[in-house]
Amino acid sequence: MDKPKSIAVYRLRKKEITAAYLFLAPWIIGFIVFQLIPIGYSLYASFTDWSLIRPNSHWVNFDNYINMFTHDIYFFTSLSNTIKYVGLTVIPSVIIGLLLALVLNQKIKGMNLFRTILYAPAVIPVVATSILWLNLFNYKMGPINLFLHAIGVVNPPNWMLDPAWFIPAVAITSLWGVGGGAIIFLAGLQNINNSLYEAAEIDGASSWHKFIWITIPMISPSLFFMLITGLVGAFEIFAPAYIMGARADMVIGNQYRFYMLNMYINGFTQGKLGYSSALGWIYIIIVAITIGLVFKFTEKYVYYETGQRG
Amino acid sequence: MNKISSPIKFEQKQITFLKRKSTKSIIHKITIYIISIIMSMVILLPISWLLTGALKATGESIYSIPVSWFPTNSFHFENFLKVLNYPTFPLWRPMLNTLFLVVLNVIGVVLSNALIGYAFARLSFPGRDFLFKVVIFTMFVPSTVLLIPQFLVFLKLGWYGTYLPLWVPAFFGSAWNIFIVRQYMRSFPKDLDEAALLDGCNHFQVFTKIILPLSKPVLAVIGVFTVLSVWNEFTRPLIYLNDQTLYPISIGINYFRTVTRSGLNPNLNLVMAGAFISMVPMLILYYFTQDKLVGGIASVGIKG
Repeated sequence: MDKPKSIAVYRLRKKEITAAYLFLAPWIIGFIVFQLIPIGYSLYASFTDWSLIRPNSHWVNFDNYINMFTHDIYFFTSLSNTIKYVGLTVIPSVIIGLLLALVLNQKIKGMNLFRTILYAPAVIPVVATSILWLNLFNYKMGPINLFLHAIGVVNPPNWMLDPAWFIPAVAITSLWGVGGGAIIFLAGLQNINNSLYEAAEIDGASSWHKFIWITIPMISPSLFFMLITGLVGAFEIFAPAYIMGARADMVIGNQYRFYMLNMYINGFTQGKLGYSSALGWIYIIIVAITIGLVFKFTEKYVYYETGQRG
Repeated sequence: MNKISSPIKFEQKQITFLKRKSTKSIIHKITIYIISIIMSMVILLPISWLLTGALKATGESIYSIPVSWFPTNSFHFENFLKVLNYPTFPLWRPMLNTLFLVVLNVIGVVLSNALIGYAFARLSFPGRDFLFKVVIFTMFVPSTVLLIPQFLVFLKLGWYGTYLPLWVPAFFGSAWNIFIVRQYMRSFPKDLDEAALLDGCNHFQVFTKIILPLSKPVLAVIGVFTVLSVWNEFTRPLIYLNDQTLYPISIGINYFRTVTRSGLNPNLNLVMAGAFISMVPMLILYYFTQDKLVGGIASVGIKG
């Protein structure tokens, strides 16, 4: 009596497993073909002198990695530029995003309109944003410097051509899209159970205490999420640097290079695919270490309501 | 004596407290309005300045003192037609190219992630938890990490200079979309599948007849996100395409800057018009889908 039933169950299970792998096939194939193989291939390429302008390539051991630290004058410039940019954007965008979300969370008439406006820069193509800000930052006639003049700044910076100001300018351009993050915080704020605040009010808590002891812990998963995605996004800054730096390239000689841009110029403008792959691997290591450190130092502060760590 | 009078005192206290609170809340409201208006100006004024520049006459500077934030005296709407039909690089072509890429990518993304999400959400099979962990891990791998590796492979495949690298991968799922779709599909009761299976449906029929129709909202969200990201995509078209007639709008607008330059005159009004044209479709799309979009992003942000 028992056997036929278990065979039927077995057949059903087998059917389900076969179906599951058929459904998953696109992802498994894609993961192997578009992720695993390329990554392995580029690891191999990073030890060769593969170049688009030469027919044959040779194994060169660690030459690419050694050259990076000894011969490439742009390696450290581009790395420090990128780190400066990360420093100027990641934490500020989390803080500004959170403050904006607190404002947007207030129940007043017309708030929906403000929310719509605030998120708009996040959907504007990065090329349009970059071209717009490139011109807003114009040294002599740009609205930003005219504004700075008007409020009494005698010598406003030459944003696009002064290496010291180029990075802050790109950072400001990125921070213009901070509303995208604010919306995520807003959703986090609206998810907080109001009874927590009511209980705290009965206990006589001030607004500041409620913010520190209820709001912050309750939205810590969103904070953590924004920190990680912000870091990843800031490290891969490319299009604004590429578009806004085109003129700087001719005038100040590559001082503006960000890491991705340096990788792009080496790989695609100069055709050094082997060297560029090596730059890519150093990039992977730097980003992985940074994210790992953030995970390690913030994990214990992130609160998940279900009690699970996700 | 004391004990009797205290409730009255308490009441009086409460009344003054309430009064104070209402003036306080008015001040609070005004502050919120002021901050919101300043914030909106920071976002809207640059866009308005871009439009003002786009409407200026050819040869007229887009800069002026004082700054003209709003279009007040120049309304050369023909600039938009001019850039769309620009003789050496008409912008209608990159617009159509992008549309082509958008359609293929949306089909690929919706189809593949629905299939993959279904397996992760509704089927049980050995290795599911492990494979899903791989998905989560790849969510946090920056896409640029794969930029050069994928280029090497596509170069070897002979895909350089074609659209293939820009749409074929869309048909193989992507971590974020798998995650969003899976979260959504998990929320339906399990009885649905079981009832359908008992009625003799196979898993593919359960998928097409029950889960897929229920998942339309989440698929719409990832579809709209795909439109936005393909429209916005800059780096991959830049490295894979070498023929200007194939350029999508992103690198097309950037290339357009070099085309419109005549001698020392960069013709910034036309560049602004081009930039404005490139953002209008996305702003319209955003305006009509904002509720769903924002909800979609938010759910990832909270659960991620």
